[in-house]
Amino acid sequence: MTGSNSEMKTVGAFATLGRFMGRHKGLLIIMLISELLISATSIISPLFQSYAIDNFIALNTTSGLPAFIAVYCVIIVISSALQYVETRTGINLEMYLLRDMRRAAFNHLQTLSVEYFNVNSVGVLHARVMSDTEKIGGIVVWDGNHGIRHIIYVVGAITVMLSLNPLLALCVLCIVPVIALTTVLFQRRLIALNRKERDINAKITGGFNEGITGAATTKTLAVEEKLEKSFFSNTSEMKRQSMKLVHYRSMFYSIITFASSLALAAVLWYGGIITVEQMIGIGTLSVFMTYAQGLVAPVQWAIYALSDIMGVKVNLERLNSLLNTESGVADTPEVIEKYGDSFNPKRENWEKPEGNVKFENVSFRYPDGGDYVLENFDLDVPAGTSVAIVGETGAGKSTLVNLICRFYEPTSGRILIDGRDARERSVGWLHSNIGYVLQSPHLFSGTVRENLLYGKPDATEQELDEAVKRVGADKVIAKLEDGYDSFIGEGGGTLSTGEKQLISFARALIVDPALFILDEATSSIDTLTEKAVQDAVETVMRGRTTFMIAHRLSTVRSSDVILVVKDGKIIERGNHNELLKMKGYYYELYIKQFREL
Amino acid sequence: MADKHTTAYGGRKNSYYLSMFLKGGIRAFVIAVISNIICTLCVTVVPLIISFTIDSVLGDEPVTGIFAEAVKLFGGIENVRANIWIPAAVIAAIALLNALFSYANTYFNNYGNQTLVRNMRDGLFSHVQRLPLSRQSLNSTGDIIQRCTSDVWNLSNFISNQFVSLLRIVITIVISVAFMFSMNVVLACVSSSLIVVITTVSMLIRRVMFRRFTECDEQEGILSAYAQENLTGVRVVRAFGREKHERDKFEKQNEKYTKLWSKTGKVTALYWMSTEFLNTLQLMIIIVTGTFFCIDGKLTAGDLVAFISYNTLLVTPLRELGRIISQMSRAGVALGRICKVMDSEAEETGENAGKLAGHVSFCNVSFGYGDKPVLKDVSFTVPQGSVLGIVGATGSGKSTIAGLAARLFEPDSGAIYIGDKNLAELSLATVRNNVGLVLQEGYVYSRTIRENIAMAAEEASDDKIRETARTVCLDKSIASFKDGYDTVVGERGVTLSGGQKQRLNIARALMKNTPVLIFDDSLSAVDSETDAEIRKNLKERFKGTTVIIISHRLTTVMDADNIIVLDDGVIAESGTNAELLAKGGIYSKIYQMQTALPDELKGGAL
Repeated sequence: MTGSNSEMKTVGAFATLGRFMGRHKGLLIIMLISELLISATSIISPLFQSYAIDNFIALNTTSGLPAFIAVYCVIIVISSALQYVETRTGINLEMYLLRDMRRAAFNHLQTLSVEYFNVNSVGVLHARVMSDTEKIGGIVVWDGNHGIRHIIYVVGAITVMLSLNPLLALCVLCIVPVIALTTVLFQRRLIALNRKERDINAKITGGFNEGITGAATTKTLAVEEKLEKSFFSNTSEMKRQSMKLVHYRSMFYSIITFASSLALAAVLWYGGIITVEQMIGIGTLSVFMTYAQGLVAPVQWAIYALSDIMGVKVNLERLNSLLNTESGVADTPEVIEKYGDSFNPKRENWEKPEGNVKFENVSFRYPDGGDYVLENFDLDVPAGTSVAIVGETGAGKSTLVNLICRFYEPTSGRILIDGRDARERSVGWLHSNIGYVLQSPHLFSGTVRENLLYGKPDATEQELDEAVKRVGADKVIAKLEDGYDSFIGEGGGTLSTGEKQLISFARALIVDPALFILDEATSSIDTLTEKAVQDAVETVMRGRTTFMIAHRLSTVRSSDVILVVKDGKIIERGNHNELLKMKGYYYELYIKQFREL
Repeated sequence: MADKHTTAYGGRKNSYYLSMFLKGGIRAFVIAVISNIICTLCVTVVPLIISFTIDSVLGDEPVTGIFAEAVKLFGGIENVRANIWIPAAVIAAIALLNALFSYANTYFNNYGNQTLVRNMRDGLFSHVQRLPLSRQSLNSTGDIIQRCTSDVWNLSNFISNQFVSLLRIVITIVISVAFMFSMNVVLACVSSSLIVVITTVSMLIRRVMFRRFTECDEQEGILSAYAQENLTGVRVVRAFGREKHERDKFEKQNEKYTKLWSKTGKVTALYWMSTEFLNTLQLMIIIVTGTFFCIDGKLTAGDLVAFISYNTLLVTPLRELGRIISQMSRAGVALGRICKVMDSEAEETGENAGKLAGHVSFCNVSFGYGDKPVLKDVSFTVPQGSVLGIVGATGSGKSTIAGLAARLFEPDSGAIYIGDKNLAELSLATVRNNVGLVLQEGYVYSRTIRENIAMAAEEASDDKIRETARTVCLDKSIASFKDGYDTVVGERGVTLSGGQKQRLNIARALMKNTPVLIFDDSLSAVDSETDAEIRKNLKERFKGTTVIIISHRLTTVMDADNIIVLDDGVIAESGTNAELLAKGGIYSKIYQMQTALPDELKGGAL
């Protein structure tokens, strides 16, 4: 990564931040104004004490005291009210900022292609939405907020001091270049260490994800200790790295603090001399002391804020890069114009598909490299045709399905639906017309009903019952305590794999789609249940274009077209009888099933 | 035996776990505290020196107390007056001391904190891995991860930032108040009484904040879980075109969470406002009262300056106090959530007592989830070295048998024996190192294929790994990957196909070389040809291993030495393939369905 590239990244990240903050201009302005006024009052406050000392004590009189008290009280009331406003707006600003950022990240993720999710782990993406945003919001609002206050205080204090006695002011101000220089010297080192710490942190979070999600497997392998060892080595490394960072940070802080104390000593020395010479009153001297001491906190604060901001830069960059990622599979603006996008579909423009699918000279390979899985592939599937894809386990079988579902786009060639390139219509349109049953069933936490109605929430009770019965899932639901209203845990936790399959099958069926895709769906259900599902599938297949992936030939027999895949290539095609007559690979597979008889 | 579904707590207090986490870090914290005290002393002493300088060096006040002694050291008050750099130098020296101990303070505080954080993370990881499976399905993954990451971060953030400040504040207040009392009792009373008021107000508001923060964290947990589920189930969301639904669902919770925080903001703002008001009021009272006292001669100008200095010193810390107390609430909540996880029942793996003999028997085993019975009084035996096939409908209890044999959960009644030893009396380590259970959906670790395969093996030579891969017919697939065995897979192994994952699973279990192997429908995603070959290889290379195969596919279990058919939790039939066919029952029916010869193959077309 070249220097200018990383600078661009940072600029882009902060520009995005600016856009988010710009949405709450009102709050921001109120907060800034209240911040300004609070700073003003905190600068003015020391002057009250010097006034009292020089005018009342030194002159030994109390005339004018009531007015003094009155003015003072007004200032107190104002500053307190301002504090309320500042805190309230600050918290609201932070929370709204967080809400907006989370929303943006989450929504954007909904538009990205499935390929993106293959490359980026769930843990990382989850962190983008929840943790990165949290850090950004907290640091930007509060560090930024208080940073302003402190900067104004420093500027105001300097102005006052210079107007009272420039030379004395200089004693205080000489710490500024010291701080600046030290910061510059330490900055680069601190950033690098910060980044290292963050990397290890990501490893640790990934480790947690692994430990929790893979717990069942870990138990069966009895490798808890092994996983622990690698996790522990990560946490130890984290400790080492963090302490390095702490060392530099503490040194930094100590140097700065020492410098400001030296300034105080200088004020005492030079200020003492000129006080004796009657050039300034003791009251003024005490003001300088107050400012000198009062400058320590803002300076220290600025240091911590600086390292926080260095840290948050990384979070910002990551969030920004997510928001700027474009989907590998996206609709063109013209398509969106007519069909709407995934959030605002224009269903009135959606044609009802007949279900003709055609692969025209399609070549495809997965983006992460590897051989071509399809090469100049042609396939004509008129509406109502059922296509079965069989063959060895491995890449190849899922590919056709991935392409039809537009999880990936063909590398070359095109896929036509009802005679038109699939890319001429929106992805949302396609998905609403596909019923898809996946390889490993994923159910959401919620009731059985909510899961069943996932694809079509406005389905009637009758449609629900019908779909469930056709698939044989009614037996599963009957076993549950609350029937349709039974709560199933995350990922469908309390059901067996086979039961989950049946539910996800019914879910797809309720949608009543023009295209039906079964991806090795019936492979983990027992034979009796499978037979029932098979019957249902056959009923469903009638009059609907179906793509089925299976390695059990008995389920594939009644398909109109069978594609046989070997080593990732389609080597035979035809219907069942034709393929048997060929006495080729399909024939071999088929016979093997019965060889043990 | 404890009910599997209660969130049974060990009943230990948070303080127990906290002290467990603090091990190894206490010494560092002690050094940090001592350094902190020295630092604070340095900082609080400075105003005194300043007031002394103003009164006795610049002014004409008599020199008293400690200063009289100190002044003698420097050659008398006249000498000091002529050399005002002396008190300045003393301040500089104290500043140096402060800098050194400040470094020590920060360093050791963080050392202690890092030790604490590491212990927490390690402890959580060990514990969370060992949570019994029934528990896992009740608490969402997103929530648990939030506790391990976000809550730990909150707690550590509090300790490394706020905790130090808290100590400094307390010490500053105590010392400042002591010095103030030594100057003028009345004024000191005024000052300290207001401190008491501020502290009381803080504590009252803290209690309210604590409740609100807990609510907020719970809502955040829900939001986090929504995100987690959505990201994990992305294919389903896309396939059904439910992006809008997901977005709305997330947004609703997002709004709810934000609104709750905004509400909490009111309380926080109220706190800061009252603190500000009281602080500034206090200062005014001191100045006015002090002015009167000075005019009456009861107080010197220098003392007043010192008083005001101490006040200034107290403002920021007192202001921070409120923020810290509210952070403390959050930290307390975070600690509570962490301890709740630590306190929940977990498995104790124990020591591996070595290899057992390989015959397995189930004696009158029953098991159920709550009211739903899964296995009813099941008994069977598997002689050493033989193969048992288990078939049955979905939900008939097949996977449960596998889980019980590997002691992933306990039977409600009855006992399971491996090699004449009752499973319940053996340590979990012994059981799981003797029973190789291959799950249907195994997890692929984020490591290389080589490391994944060798995961459970003590010694894992490259040859052995390759040989095992060949046994499960995986080596050809691995060869097709760019980096071969060094290809990194993981995070649910998305880059591997279902069949590859399953074969990897089997390979992993084989590397353990256990006397008992259980395949829980672990060949479902593998085609029949490969299925047969794998079983053939296993037969050749793993003679003497007791094998239990659970499958839907009859061809997989057909040549087992014995087959049992489960129906609704009981053994309906058992026997060899031939015997079962002869019975003409459930098995026979399934057999007919699965192997019905098509017309084109009848009559010798072979």
